[in-house]
Amino acid sequence: MLNNRKLRVANYKLPLAILAVLIVSLLFAAAVFAQDDMPTDDEVNKIAKDLYCPVCESTPLDVCPTEACRQWRELIRQQLAEGKSEEEIKQYFVTQYGARVLSEPPNRLASYLVPALAFLAGVFLLFRGFRMWIKPMAVESASGEKEAAPIPQDDYIRRMEEELKKRK
Amino acid sequence: MTESTNTTPVRKGVPLWVQVIIWVFLAGLLVIVAMGLSRAQQGTIQPGHAVDDFTLPLFKGYEYQGASEVKLSDFRGKVVVINFWASWCKPCEQEAAELQRAWEQYEPTGEVIFLGVDYVDTEPDARVYLKKFGITFPNGPDLATRISQYFRIKGVPETYFIDRDGILQYVQVGPFTSLQQIQNIIDPMLAE
Repeated sequence: MLNNRKLRVANYKLPLAILAVLIVSLLFAAAVFAQDDMPTDDEVNKIAKDLYCPVCESTPLDVCPTEACRQWRELIRQQLAEGKSEEEIKQYFVTQYGARVLSEPPNRLASYLVPALAFLAGVFLLFRGFRMWIKPMAVESASGEKEAAPIPQDDYIRRMEEELKKRK
Repeated sequence: MTESTNTTPVRKGVPLWVQVIIWVFLAGLLVIVAMGLSRAQQGTIQPGHAVDDFTLPLFKGYEYQGASEVKLSDFRGKVVVINFWASWCKPCEQEAAELQRAWEQYEPTGEVIFLGVDYVDTEPDARVYLKKFGITFPNGPDLATRISQYFRIKGVPETYFIDRDGILQYVQVGPFTSLQQIQNIIDPMLAE
């Protein structure tokens, strides 16, 4: 009789164990499913760090504590959950709030070309200006050969050279 | 042998054209800085200013006579009340009910139009806000903050009253505290 009871308990044990494993597996599966659906803060902040809310200038969106920025971060999270890419989300923000929300100017040729050309033009002008300022212009000698024009010496230098000669 | 001493006088210094370019560049830079500083200190556009035309796209459910966007010029001949707000703005909540009451009062006359311009906001939160305060007048987002930049708003809420000829007559910075306050601005404009 005892053996029969043991047998019956053993018969129940296997299905119960399978059921328990299934329930635990479903719990984990549910957890994974939720995590996939809702983007993490890190994923949101990866995009948010490149955006600036016009209300709080100079504060990146990922660290800005205002309500407006919190709403923006939630919008990023929502759009990530909808499957939008980083570029699509940034483009949405540019369309809605203007290019000034980007931490870097949009990749337009003019954004980089104009400052670069202005810099090069400045360097050229300064270089040319200082060179002509400091280095006397070469002049033609009577013989037709080019030679450097003598540097005019002021009275102080002349006296100093005389003093040096005397000391030698 | 004698050294040649026959040299022309030495010309030294920055050529004139370089000097001109440098000064023009510096002057341009100063003008840009001055304009920026001046603009920053100007505040909002002032009464008496003829307001330029702009287009406001409208949220679905907040269209004007079925139109999904409106232009300021569509309302020439009417008094236009432009209210800048945002769902994250707590002071905006103080005046939301008063603005709606004013709209309900003036809408049947057909002589006044209220336009809500949602500044730097997200549409889901804006909709919650509009629903919460039962706002029914046309409302839409300030795309790329073009309208708020034109008015040079300093914050929200701010409300601009434009007369029938498109001239700005009054600027309210901060929330309205009563319906009477709104009426005191609109009624004289209607009487003109």
